[in-house]
Amino acid sequence: MKSSANKVLLSGNHALAEAAIRSGCHLYFGYPITPQNEIPEFMSEHLPKLKDGGFVQAESELAAINMVLGAAATGRRVMTTSSSPGISLMQEGISYLAALELPCVIANMVRGGPGLGNIVTSQSDYFQSTRGGGHGDYRTITLAPCTVQEIYDLTQLAFYLADKYRGPVIIQGEGLLGQMSEPVELRELEKKDLPPKDWALTGAKGRPGRMLRSLILEEGVLEEHNWKLNRKYKEIEKREKRSESYRMDDASLAVVAYGSVARIAKGAIKRVREEGLKVGMIRPISLWPFPDEAIRKAAEHVSHFLVMELSCGQMIEDVRMALEGKAEVSFYGRPGGGAIPNPAEFGRVISRNYYQKVRKTR
Amino acid sequence: MKKVFERPRLLKPATFHFCPGCGHNILHRVIAEVMEESDFRDRAIMIAPVGCAVLSYFYLDIDVTEAPHGRCTAVATGIKRAIPNSLVLTYQGDGDLASIGAGETLHAAGRGEKVTTVYVNNTNYGMTGGQMAPTTMINQPTTTCSAGRNPEKDGYPLDLSKILSTLPGVCYVERVALTSPANVMKFKKALRKAFQYQTEGLGYSLIEVLSACPTNWKLSPVDSLKWIEEVMAKAYPPGVLVDRKAE
Repeated sequence: MKSSANKVLLSGNHALAEAAIRSGCHLYFGYPITPQNEIPEFMSEHLPKLKDGGFVQAESELAAINMVLGAAATGRRVMTTSSSPGISLMQEGISYLAALELPCVIANMVRGGPGLGNIVTSQSDYFQSTRGGGHGDYRTITLAPCTVQEIYDLTQLAFYLADKYRGPVIIQGEGLLGQMSEPVELRELEKKDLPPKDWALTGAKGRPGRMLRSLILEEGVLEEHNWKLNRKYKEIEKREKRSESYRMDDASLAVVAYGSVARIAKGAIKRVREEGLKVGMIRPISLWPFPDEAIRKAAEHVSHFLVMELSCGQMIEDVRMALEGKAEVSFYGRPGGGAIPNPAEFGRVISRNYYQKVRKTR
Repeated sequence: MKKVFERPRLLKPATFHFCPGCGHNILHRVIAEVMEESDFRDRAIMIAPVGCAVLSYFYLDIDVTEAPHGRCTAVATGIKRAIPNSLVLTYQGDGDLASIGAGETLHAAGRGEKVTTVYVNNTNYGMTGGQMAPTTMINQPTTTCSAGRNPEKDGYPLDLSKILSTLPGVCYVERVALTSPANVMKFKKALRKAFQYQTEGLGYSLIEVLSACPTNWKLSPVDSLKWIEEVMAKAYPPGVLVDRKAE
């Protein structure tokens, strides 16, 4: 990161929009849905002022994601944002974006579900984001910030990764993170070399026509295309796992939490540490690829893992898979869209687990 | 010897997969011809639909992307906003445009997106084997209304071109029956005009083509053309539905 001293107070939603524009994303297509309306509002204000700016309030999320598809096909940076029910509606387009290998950024400021749910923050879209979400054998890089600063930083990273690996990247924000305001340092991600967009549709002047297609009827060719996608996903798994380790050096119990829940858990860990409990935390920043190695490595000295989520338990499946039975895993979560747990509540849960599972065995 | 007829350069040396008597091959050829006339090809980005015409990119040497079923005009919107100088063409069947994509079509037209649509109406879902479409004629049998379309339970044919022609963002709508060389030339003229209007930034343009589907209509190619003129054209009368520049 290239650093500059100018810090400004921004909401998570505004930080995301600001970071997108500064990343060269001058095209935005979206449809209103709470709790992320500040993003399209910000974009509608700022993008039309740019020479190459474009903003369309689409008639639906379905249309919005397909406008993104069209803009991405020209090789330009483009973004859409929404919240859970709207993201469900976009899944068709996301599957096509993955198949056509078109770079774009999609932010989901997650709210309570299923169905219309409510507008309160949630983490219940974990499966949808990390398992593909639409039809077919594909994955989407999914980045989960936990502060407004990190929203700002990861949004830039998302555009970079989208271009690097030619595909949609999801920012798994949360309603809470979008709505809260924090000081943000407007620092710039270092620009590294990106592959040329020699596939982009720009009008075929002076060259043969290009085609972007996901209908592949020729015998064996779709299988080859899927293997090609799979090699890319393997490469992403090798290079792009991200996580933060907090007080893990001497920990015998590890909390695993991401996003807003990780922040609450951090507060709780500070409390129980004061009581002498050796507790640390692994915070996945990339939900896919999941930082399984960091968790497996922790199991060398941690006997118990406590997964905390604002859902009835989704990421816990990835934690269990990462551990391959090497350590015990328990879960504490509450369905999203309800009350937001506080550090005292988390502290009690952590202490209970510590005395029942760790101190007992050591 | 003077050359009076040749294969358009933009038509790739591939064999059309379309059925005998189908209108798509004629339309592809005419699109290639019109694209060659100006700088259209240099700026052209075409959106292929889901349906029989999805394979356009195998036949036309221009930039082409696929769109999910019905979403052509949303994809077109994204392309046009990204490259305002581009010439954007969506090529859609009646299932794609008037059924699953009716919303996207209506709203792109409502916004006055500066893109052009070739709307190929053959009153059924051709690629999937001849099911009922919103455009299917009353009493016309299909595989999902074998006794003929009954408006009591199947509803009435939908004339989306007529609806679109009432919108202020739409600059040009013309309907052509693809039944004779003279009418093929009408289509060619209409396409040229639509591209011109798009280049001038006048708004959304659409050319509906009444096009034969002998295989699913279970008629010979010749009888199919007769059916278009005697039956289909009664419900979907050819002509200019709106031309804002001429008004």
